[in-house]
Amino acid sequence: MQSLKHPDLFSERHIGPSESEIHYMLAQLGYESLEAMIQATVPESIRLKHPIQLPNPLHEHEVIHHLKEAAQKNLVFRSYLGMGYHGCITPPVIQRKLLENPGWYTQYTPYQAEIAQGRLEALFYFQTMICDLTGMEIANASLLDEATAAAEAMSLCYGTVGGPQRNRMLISDDCHPQTISVIRTRAKPLDIEIRVEPRKDLKPDSGTFAVLLQYPATDGLVVDPQPDIEAAQEAGALSIVATDLLAMTLLKPPGEMGADIVIGSAQRFGVPMGYGGPHAAFFACRDALKRKMPGRIVGVSRDSRGRPAYRLTLQTREQHIRREKATSNICTAQALLANMAAMYAIFHGPERLRRIGQHVHQMACLLAEGAHRGGHQLVHDSFFDTLRIALHTENADSFLQRAESMGINIRRLDRQTIGIALDETVTQQDLEDLWQLLGADPALLLDHAQGDEYGQAFPATLTRQSQFLTDKVFHAYHSETEMLRYLRRLESKDLSLTNSMIPLGSCTMKLNATIEMLAISWPEIASLHPFVPLAQAQGYQQIFSDLEQWLADITGFHSVSLQPNAGAQGEYAGLLVIKKYLESKGQQHRHICLIPQSAHGTNPASAIMAGMQVVGIRCDDQGNIDLEDLKARVTEHAHELAALMITYPSTHGVFEEKVEEICQLIHDHGGQVYLDGANMNAQVGVCRPGDYGADVCHLNLHKTFCIPHGGGGPGVGPIAVAEHLTPFLPGHSVVPLAGEDRVGPIAAAPWGSASIVTISWVYIRAMGLAGLTQATQVAILSANYIARRLDPFYRVLYRGKHGMVAHECIIDLRSFKRVSVEDVAKRLMDYGFHAPTVSWPVAGTMMIEPTESESQLELDRFCDAMIQIHGEIMTIEAGDTDPNDNLLKNAPHTADMIAAEKWSHPYSREQAGFPVEAQRDHKFWPRVGRIDNVYGDRNPVCSCAGMDAFMEQLAQQGQ
Amino acid sequence: MSSSIPEHLKYAKTHEWVRHEADVAWVGITDHAQAELTELVFVELPEVGKVLEAGQACAVVESVKTASDIYAPMSGEVIEVNTSLMDDPGKVNSDAFGEGWFFKLKVSDPAQMDQLLDASGYAAQVGS
Ligand SMILES: Cc1ncc(COP(=O)(O)O)c(C=O)c1O
Repeated sequence: MQSLKHPDLFSERHIGPSESEIHYMLAQLGYESLEAMIQATVPESIRLKHPIQLPNPLHEHEVIHHLKEAAQKNLVFRSYLGMGYHGCITPPVIQRKLLENPGWYTQYTPYQAEIAQGRLEALFYFQTMICDLTGMEIANASLLDEATAAAEAMSLCYGTVGGPQRNRMLISDDCHPQTISVIRTRAKPLDIEIRVEPRKDLKPDSGTFAVLLQYPATDGLVVDPQPDIEAAQEAGALSIVATDLLAMTLLKPPGEMGADIVIGSAQRFGVPMGYGGPHAAFFACRDALKRKMPGRIVGVSRDSRGRPAYRLTLQTREQHIRREKATSNICTAQALLANMAAMYAIFHGPERLRRIGQHVHQMACLLAEGAHRGGHQLVHDSFFDTLRIALHTENADSFLQRAESMGINIRRLDRQTIGIALDETVTQQDLEDLWQLLGADPALLLDHAQGDEYGQAFPATLTRQSQFLTDKVFHAYHSETEMLRYLRRLESKDLSLTNSMIPLGSCTMKLNATIEMLAISWPEIASLHPFVPLAQAQGYQQIFSDLEQWLADITGFHSVSLQPNAGAQGEYAGLLVIKKYLESKGQQHRHICLIPQSAHGTNPASAIMAGMQVVGIRCDDQGNIDLEDLKARVTEHAHELAALMITYPSTHGVFEEKVEEICQLIHDHGGQVYLDGANMNAQVGVCRPGDYGADVCHLNLHKTFCIPHGGGGPGVGPIAVAEHLTPFLPGHSVVPLAGEDRVGPIAAAPWGSASIVTISWVYIRAMGLAGLTQATQVAILSANYIARRLDPFYRVLYRGKHGMVAHECIIDLRSFKRVSVEDVAKRLMDYGFHAPTVSWPVAGTMMIEPTESESQLELDRFCDAMIQIHGEIMTIEAGDTDPNDNLLKNAPHTADMIAAEKWSHPYSREQAGFPVEAQRDHKFWPRVGRIDNVYGDRNPVCSCAGMDAFMEQLAQQGQ
Repeated sequence: MSSSIPEHLKYAKTHEWVRHEADVAWVGITDHAQAELTELVFVELPEVGKVLEAGQACAVVESVKTASDIYAPMSGEVIEVNTSLMDDPGKVNSDAFGEGWFFKLKVSDPAQMDQLLDASGYAAQVGS
């Protein structure tokens, strides 16, 4: 019988190399089949004995149909729930040219700044926008969500003025509830005392290190925060204000009132709610605190031509350098969403933004009128967009029920009180519906609206006087034509997966297939508020439960939490779960976390946040965990051992043979094994952490499961846990999750960055077990193929048994005396490539991860470039060319460098700019020359405010 | 890389140098240390008046890619810091033993001087 299935398989297109290319590559390595290669690479004892339970592959056309069916079970109501999530209008030009554009979403974090000027520029304007709107001096390039931003602010304040004698944080009880709960979770392991009190009772004293206020408050009240800021100052504490960007267009910003830190969410600047995320949170502070700020910061520096260029600055704060002394564990943030918000502000400009702010405020004033007419009482008459209404006779539950029957979600504040938060999507019809609900005659709305001048429902003293968004960028792109071109111009400066492979080790830059991306823009996925009743989110619940089940099967664990919105968050959550489990066994004294030296910086940073003490474990010459050292440390700390954090395959790109023995050793001494699953792309369908002895692992869905990196986020970092840890998975305070033993929430939304888990859902469903397993095999094959081709030129540093690497390989460049690994990274740009991971986990090396999605043609193109560069290096090493004026030291070469009137270099223009013949037809040009890192870090300029002085300085130096 | 190790100074194993005059000790980091760190972009100095224990982390130096603690080589009170490093941390790179000094201590226990390395002892440690 003929198969009734469509002959086309998704996996054949997700996987880059064709059948014949796979055979060719296998032959080069001396293997008959992928299975034979896997047998030689992955230790026998840990390989899967029985296939896991995943559905069969489906044609992508059918997959998307199934997803649509599920999504349609979500009910898209109008949600006026507020709490930091608001309806908004994504300008379609931003939706199509940025959010849905692979030129933007497939970029990686801008570590290679010369080929990342577009997104760096956009993030620089994000920082400028945040500084302007909040009135602060410096802002970072996004955090994960408002609640974690508040928790990060807590840590900064504690690290600055706190200590054992000053360990109390005061929180006004009108902050968003999810913010308060995340802070509580984060405070507990650090022995920080949290006191939540009505604003009038906040009395900072010598034991207080921070005060957190929300302005406007969660229930809409707008009250001057200045007295509380001053009280904090007088007590020697720092003040944190959570705020709302749209409100800032009308209200006096906290920065003008002396606030030390201002945080919040940029979601309502054009980013869909997505049932909780992803959105960009912001974090701004006084300049004096900048070296303690969490997260990435974009600054300017100069390039080799003496021209301004953007780069990430002040990186010594971060986990990849400071490790356990880092200011935070944050790594992946929300770059794509920050860029959307920045573009929303650039597109609208200050005038249109203020008009939007006034419009929303006007709507809220009209709503207040409706409440009056309905006989209800406004609890505060000072508000921006959110009202707290004490209902006249009806109780809140019955009101909410009536609202729901009209397709409207309203917030219940208490038995008799409701909250309604309006936003830019609210129409006349919406207001009429709300009037009707409130018992006012909707027919009179228009009359009233016309009769009324624009009113203001907050004190005149709080009216914003200062200008904002004054830089020319916020005035130049208000027409759609200009915006379209601006977005395209920025995109074209950045190397993304639309240009070439991005072989960053540990980053898994695989295909983000178009079909996987479709659902994020469906209203049923994009337009849900995270706190709607579960009955309205049944589609989401089904998607979550499918995905949780699949991920549990793939990892060999019992259950999964999708809440962590990045890998580092997963680590933190997993360690808290371990801690709580140990506590439940009366083992709360166990606090030592063993971490190999080769671990990713987030590991030690997360362990510290979880209140553990980090003890390092050495690695041996082969790059494996030094078993003797591990045994010694385990014995030494046997009574305090809480956990071991390991990465598998190791960050050195090798399947360690002894992983089971290592896990057993930890268990024998009463500890738990945390597995960093960043390298899961080498394991799916081949082996499972749960089988070889781990107790919990996180996955980076933005690596292994196809969520694009977005130029530095979003991400999803779910944790999978064994049965004994299941009761302790993170809970949530606004949307209660079953179970009493859960650790507190670690992210603002119960299911984190919910909307983008649809991407992984489509991937797994379309690949099926066979496709996923083959993807793993080919990822390993491709890495070994590269290792084989490059080894004669660059030594492959670590290998496992039979000389095989896992899904990535490290090449050693330390033997070159006149050329640095940096030079090679920059020269690759001239060839149109993004460098592999540079100097991590071993300084002076490169780590290459090709993924399964690159064809053999692309792998060869990359290897050819590396080999040709090796020839260039040899000339320099032999002393045949000037050690300071050569192809590598001067790389990357920009178009204007090559077209310059004078050419005095000892190599030709062609060698510089067109090292490969094919580049005559197609060439990606780096837009700036080599960037001066030292200059940028010595003079950090992180928003438009400092640009004039910076440009003057540059001009002087140019003379 | 060759780096100088002046004879008249004393050294801590953690790469600080000390010049002792009466009860005042000048402290900086060695030329070897600055070369290892590469170009400095930021120096955080202790507060004047702070009392330090020998071996206590009391300052931070940062290059683009590293951050390191500086330890007090002797116990004492900080009586002056080289504030010019805030604007020009490059002085530590160009003149580690001179203009790149970090702070002065009023030494509380001069006998600690004997526990520091002399130039040849330090040279042996850094293998030059
Ligand atoms: C080995 C390893 N662990 C942890 C992380 C942290 O993940 P994330 O950036 O999602 O926080 C990464 C990613 O960069 C990684 O490569």
